[in-house]
Amino acid sequence: MERKQIARIKNEYLGKTYSIICGLLIVIITLSIIFFIASQGLSLFIKNHYPISKFLFSTIWKPDAGPEAGGPQYGVMIFITGSVLVSLGAVLISTPVAIALAIFMNFISPKLGTRVLQPAMELFVGIPSVVYGWVGVTLLIPLLKSMFGGIGFSLLAGIIVLSIMILPTITSISSDAIRAIPIEYVEASYGLGATRWQTISRVVVPAAKSGILTGVVLGLARAFGEALAVQMVIGNSINLPKSLLGTTSTLTSILTMDMANTVFKTEWNNALWSMALLLLLISFLFIVVIRIIGRRGEVK
Amino acid sequence: MNVRTKDKIATAVLYVISSAIVLLLVMFIGYIIIKGSESLNFRFLFGSSGVGGEGGGIGPQLFNSFYLLIISLLITVPLGVGAGIYLSQYAKEGWFLNLIRLSIETMASLPSIVVGLFGLLVFVIMLKMGYSMLAGALAITVLNLPAMTRVSETAITTAAKGVKEASLALGATEWQTIKKVILPSAIPQILTGIILAAGRIFGEAAALLYTAGMSTTKLNFKSINLLGKSSAFGLFRPSETLAVHIWKLNSEGMVADAVKIANGSAAVLVIMVLIFNLLARYLGRKLYYSYTGKK
Repeated sequence: MERKQIARIKNEYLGKTYSIICGLLIVIITLSIIFFIASQGLSLFIKNHYPISKFLFSTIWKPDAGPEAGGPQYGVMIFITGSVLVSLGAVLISTPVAIALAIFMNFISPKLGTRVLQPAMELFVGIPSVVYGWVGVTLLIPLLKSMFGGIGFSLLAGIIVLSIMILPTITSISSDAIRAIPIEYVEASYGLGATRWQTISRVVVPAAKSGILTGVVLGLARAFGEALAVQMVIGNSINLPKSLLGTTSTLTSILTMDMANTVFKTEWNNALWSMALLLLLISFLFIVVIRIIGRRGEVK
Repeated sequence: MNVRTKDKIATAVLYVISSAIVLLLVMFIGYIIIKGSESLNFRFLFGSSGVGGEGGGIGPQLFNSFYLLIISLLITVPLGVGAGIYLSQYAKEGWFLNLIRLSIETMASLPSIVVGLFGLLVFVIMLKMGYSMLAGALAITVLNLPAMTRVSETAITTAAKGVKEASLALGATEWQTIKKVILPSAIPQILTGIILAAGRIFGEAAALLYTAGMSTTKLNFKSINLLGKSSAFGLFRPSETLAVHIWKLNSEGMVADAVKIANGSAAVLVIMVLIFNLLARYLGRKLYYSYTGKK
């Protein structure tokens, strides 16, 4: 009996326990990320008593100003605006192209779609973000400079680089959504005498709407969180962008640059952690939005 | 306008957009490789980087990238496969499963810079690892665990179809079934996922800036001491990777030929990504043939 017990432990419980621990670990890691970033991110408000509203809505970022110059100020509105503008701009450019590609893959030429476009999208995903940034610096910036004058580093440069980076995300999810449409819809439309384009624009795209929207939100989330490629081309000036060709900063770009310049646990450093916490909360927001879209899609 | 003409125009436009995107990719990759090819030589690839002077190589960074890749895969793969097994075979519907799924979704959507900062806070500062290979590898693990888990779960679920009941009916326990029947046939698909993850790890920089660090020590291959700071294989030495190197060259540009070095490094990164991608494709195709029996 006892030997049987030991064998049972070896053959079943050990493995099962290991796999449960792995599952549990994922939960623990996630919770500890939230806990540690939050505890560090809240210390600006709790320990340094800096008002949250001023942090969120003020556009004055003067972390090194002395008390005589109005004291250090940590308003991050400029960076929030920068992040929002650059990622919305990227989504605006990327979405129509992504939908066009998804339609092409599924309706116009599935053969070219699987043989050429899909591998191309996988490569676009695989290219590291620093390489996107570097090509932005060496190719796009001089190009923008010669076309529009100025210094080239700009909001527009950030938008263009990001729009290429998020294209595969939106494309692949839109393509999945379009593929999932019941074939009867398409056949019914053809049966009624509609042309291919009429079927695509009036049946396929509306039916895949919620899936495409999920793709767009995921693209937006990726654009919002991207750090290095944006930091390399956006100019990183502490001001709101005056135009598409103006320079500005994003939450991620300031975080990347300033974390090395500040001493841990100082007020300035705490302000940076608050920005990290803000990024974390925004990525939660994106998850919630995606879940809501998914639920609405199901109900229909 | 006639609906048929409209249809033709729309088709033409879709063709134009699709070809433009493919052309963009070809030009993008071509540009990087051509620009970088002038610096791709033995001395550049294996020589050590100069500070100030010209003619620096990327030897240490290249080594660090590979070493970090291996270390982080050694951690990520067992955990990801374990969690994949749990999700696919053991987990029952309920709050715990929902919690795990929500956690995976949350982790997967974290910006990599936030993961890097978590690594800085917990591994570098609190656990006192300093800017080190191990801290970098752990941060990368956090970044890649969700994808690894998903890939394993799908692979194991697919592989379990049909054979699981047969094995259980022969008297094997669930774990024996998983270990000896399901896992072996799930391995090719998991491997494809690992190779794709490897490509991502190789190019990752944001999560490594503040964990693996932005400098590297001189590599000493005579010692294989994992704890030593001077050994090339030391886990606790600062280890700037190739992707981080490009970022640093761009933002600081301490050496005279920074542009040339960055061009070369970008080319090396892209070539590696191409290799990883082709490898994954090749494996995926083999797998497809072995499942479908088609040639």
